[in-house]
Amino acid sequence: MKRATDHPSVLDHVAGGGLLNRRLLLQGAVAGGGAALAGATMPRAARAQGAIPEWATVAGERARGYGMPAEAEAHVQRAILEPFADVAPQFSLSGTPHHRLRGTITPNGLHFEVHHGGRPNIDPERHRLMIHGLVERPLQFDLGALERYPMVTATHFLECSGNSLFNAIMPDPMQAGCDLLHGLLSNTEWTGIPMNVLLDEAGVKPEGRWLVATGGDGPSLARSIPVEKLMEDGMLALYQNGERIRPEQGYPMRLLLPGFEGNMNVKWLTSLWATDAPAHTKHESGEYTEILADGSSVKFTFAMGVKSVITHPSATMTMSGSGLYELSGIAWSGAGPIRKVEVSADGGASWAEAELQGPVLPRALTRFRLPWAWEGAPSLLMSRAEDATGAVQPTREAWKARYDASNFLHYNAIQAWQITANGEVQNVYA
Amino acid sequence: MSTRNLLAAALLAVMSGAASAEGPGLGQPLSDEEIPFYARYVMPDGRGLPEGGGTAATGSAIYAEKCATCHGATGIEGPVMPPVGPNDIWAKPAGRYWPYATTLFDYIRRAMPLDAPKSLSDDEAYALAAFILAANGVIGEGDTMDAESLPKVEMPNRDNFLDVWAKQGATPW
Repeated sequence: MKRATDHPSVLDHVAGGGLLNRRLLLQGAVAGGGAALAGATMPRAARAQGAIPEWATVAGERARGYGMPAEAEAHVQRAILEPFADVAPQFSLSGTPHHRLRGTITPNGLHFEVHHGGRPNIDPERHRLMIHGLVERPLQFDLGALERYPMVTATHFLECSGNSLFNAIMPDPMQAGCDLLHGLLSNTEWTGIPMNVLLDEAGVKPEGRWLVATGGDGPSLARSIPVEKLMEDGMLALYQNGERIRPEQGYPMRLLLPGFEGNMNVKWLTSLWATDAPAHTKHESGEYTEILADGSSVKFTFAMGVKSVITHPSATMTMSGSGLYELSGIAWSGAGPIRKVEVSADGGASWAEAELQGPVLPRALTRFRLPWAWEGAPSLLMSRAEDATGAVQPTREAWKARYDASNFLHYNAIQAWQITANGEVQNVYA
Repeated sequence: MSTRNLLAAALLAVMSGAASAEGPGLGQPLSDEEIPFYARYVMPDGRGLPEGGGTAATGSAIYAEKCATCHGATGIEGPVMPPVGPNDIWAKPAGRYWPYATTLFDYIRRAMPLDAPKSLSDDEAYALAAFILAANGVIGEGDTMDAESLPKVEMPNRDNFLDVWAKQGATPW
C-alpha cells in the first residue's frame, strides 16, 4: 500500500490552501488526522509507558436499564436560546451541537427543538389521531390501533426554516459553535405508518386538496399541508432512531414530511382536517413566510434548499498545529440526494470535490470529507453543495440580495470559516 | 358472540371497503361531537367562525390584562412579536402583515395567552382581533368584529404574497 509521507509538500494537492486528493482517504494516509483538533488531543499522562490505569484494576459498574453518555461527555449538550425568557420562557430554540458529533444520525437527546409553546405532557392512552373534514369516513385512531399498522423506516433530516438565522441577519458574524449557528437541524431514522395508508382508509374526497395538521400541544399548532405531499412520502412517525419518539419530538406521534421546513412536521399530531384550500394558519401567514427585497412576500415555501457546512474544523475550535487534517462536514437538500460537495481552502479561488460518505440518501444528511494539509497560515475554508436537481448553494451576498434585510428564514448560503495564523477558527462572511 | 361469529365479523371487517389495501382498517368512526374546535381552522372566507362578536374598546381592556406583558403596552413594544406595526422589532406584525383577518381570531382563540391557551371566550377573541386591527388602522375604532364582518376585512398586505407551492411545488424557492 502506498503510504503518504509526513511532508505535505509531496502530497497530491488538488486545490489551493493545502486541499489534498480525496483518494488519500482510502489509503489511510490521514487516518486520525482529524483527531488532532483541539479538544481531542491525547493527554500526556495517558501516554506514560507501562502504567496500569485504575479502571483496569477494579470490577466494572453493574448493568443499567437505559444507557447514558460517558460522564466526560456531559458537556455535549444542545445550546438553548430562550429569547423571551422573562415573559415567555416556553418559547425556545435548542441547537444540535454538530461540531461535537460525527457520522450523520443525531442522537435522540440532542435532536434540535423549536418550541412556540413549550413541551406538552401527553397521556399516550388518551391521545388520538383524528382524520376528518372532506373525507368519506371520519376516523380516529389510538396508539394501540396504530401499532398494528405496517410501518416503514426512512432516514431524513429535519431543519427549522430559521436555522442559521444569526448568519442571515447579524451585520457582523457571531462567534459561536455549530450548535448556535447551524444547530436547528438534525437527522434521524424515523419509523412509522405511511400517511397514504391512513388517508386511504378515511378516503379523502377529490375536493380535499389540503389537510390542516394540528398538534396536541397547548397552542394547538396548525399547518396546512398539500394532500399530494402527504400521499407521496408523508409519514405518521412513532419511532425515532428505534425508540418511541421523545416528548420533545412529538410523543406519541408526529407528522414527518421529508424535505419540508421543520414547522410543518407537526409534533404531537392529533388531527388531520381535509379542506378545499389552505387555512392560512398563523404560522403560514406570518412566522414562516419570507419578505423579499422588493417588499413583497412568498408563502408556502415548503422545501428546504441545498446546504452544507464544514463541522470539523468549525468556529470556536482551535487547530493544534500545522500538518494533516481531515476536513469533515454535512450536506443536505430538501429536494433530493446530494450530488456533490466542493471544498475550498483559499476563500473560493479554487475548489476540490470532497468524498461523500455513503449511502447518500435523499433528504438526509450526507457527510463529506477531504484531506487537508494546513500549512499554519491564514486560510479560508468553504463548502458548496449541489443536489440532484442541480441546485447549488448561493453565496451569502447573493442570498441577501433576494430578501428583505429582516428575513432570516430559509438561509442556505455558503459558510466560510477563517483559520487564523495561530489556528483559531472563526465565523466569517465571505 | 361465538368464536365463529367473531371470526366472521373480523373477516368482514377486513374485506369491507373501510379497510385500506395496506392497513388493517382499525380506524374508529369519529362523530362531529367528538371533534374539538381546534381540530379545524377558521377559513379566510369566514367558514367556521362562531356566533358572537366584539369591539376594540372591549378588546383594549382584555389586551391590557392578558396580552401586554408579552406584546407591549400598545402592541408595538413587544418583546414577543408585536402585533401592531410598524414597529422596530418584528417586520411581520399580525394585524397588518397577515393576509387574512380570520387568522387573528382563530389563533387568539386556540393559542393565546401562552400560559392559558383556549381560556378566552369567542367574544373575547373577536374583541382582541378588533383591538389589534383597529390599532393597525385596518378597521375603525368602533367597528364590531363578528362572523359577518371579520372575513370582509381587507388586510393591506393580502395581495402582496406569491404562492410558491402553486407556482413551483416542492422545488425550493
